[in-house]
Amino acid sequence: MHAYANPTRFLAIARPLTPWLLGLGLFLVLAGAWAGLTQVPGDYKQGETARILYVHVPSAWLGMGGWTSLALAGLIQLVWRHPLSGIAARAIAVPGMLFTALCLATGSIWGKPTWGTWWEWDGRMTSMLVLLFLYAGFIALTNGDEGQRQGGSLSRGAAIYALVGAINIPIINRSVVWWNSLHQGPSITLRGSSIDNALLWPLGLTLLGFSLLFGAIVLMRMRRIIADNRVAARLRRLADEED
Amino acid sequence: MKAKHQRLVLALFAVAGIAGAGVLGASALRDEAAYFRTPVEIQGGKAAVGEPMRLGGMVAAGSIQRQSDGLTIRFVATDGKASVPVEFTGIVPDLFGEEGGMVADGRMRADGTFVADRILAKHDERYMPPQMGEMPKNMKAPTA
Repeated sequence: MHAYANPTRFLAIARPLTPWLLGLGLFLVLAGAWAGLTQVPGDYKQGETARILYVHVPSAWLGMGGWTSLALAGLIQLVWRHPLSGIAARAIAVPGMLFTALCLATGSIWGKPTWGTWWEWDGRMTSMLVLLFLYAGFIALTNGDEGQRQGGSLSRGAAIYALVGAINIPIINRSVVWWNSLHQGPSITLRGSSIDNALLWPLGLTLLGFSLLFGAIVLMRMRRIIADNRVAARLRRLADEED
Repeated sequence: MKAKHQRLVLALFAVAGIAGAGVLGASALRDEAAYFRTPVEIQGGKAAVGEPMRLGGMVAAGSIQRQSDGLTIRFVATDGKASVPVEFTGIVPDLFGEEGGMVADGRMRADGTFVADRILAKHDERYMPPQMGEMPKNMKAPTA
């Protein structure tokens, strides 16, 4: 594990891996979208509207999974001080926020024809909106010098922020169980799925596809942060030599 | 103890502390954060007449009655333990129907009827093809 914390070794793996994740992810997302739109029947109650779940569910999964990994990366940065870990946290923030926004947008579009409203302040929607703001705060914090350590990694404050924000993840997950909410309860639990198999399988494709795409975006962003830091380090050296 | 281990122990304590605070906060919010109240929570005059509130429940089977003005409906909202009659004038969402979930904004009238200004439909977590016929017996009843 320590071996991969070395940026050079990381790059040797990330460079060839990125196009594979990107290609396979795009293929699976397109296959899942095709299957979800044309190959499966509509829902018994909601009809065609329910098909948006093939985008909505992966978005929610990646928005929440994104912060979970971001917080883990923050913890590793805090304890073991692996610079690559902090870089990973910064790289995850933007796609994480993007998918959270996508989840809120598709949820809103779904809510109007089914519930009869674009937005309600119920537990699930409110806690998901809080996640969006947490991402925005993290990005703002780590874009400035305050949130960064030299080498593109996280400052201690930013890593602590990532950990504190993680408390929202179980709250989002449990929000429909703890509180009366407009959003329905969980469809997929450890005990099984209340989405019938006839409607479930395209979700597997888009879930895996969007996850691979997410991975590709994170790797690309990590490589960019590492490249930026190398440029900055080289410029500093040049400036020192001129002095 | 190495510095790394100290940081690990410190971080784990901090995470446990944050999680504890979160759970305490969330459980304190238990009632306040509820999006709606159910009939059993407001039965027996527990809801003040005229106070704006939100009522959620299932629409009882066979209870929807369209009034002669063509716009007003009356139905019974139930949570399995208690029932409240609801009156609403306006257009309901497509998914609103008997034995389906609903959430109504409104207030209690002195006669015990809940007068709704707005009605939302609530659906459950099951998705299945339309031609499945009988619902599987082992499927969980929807919780409104």
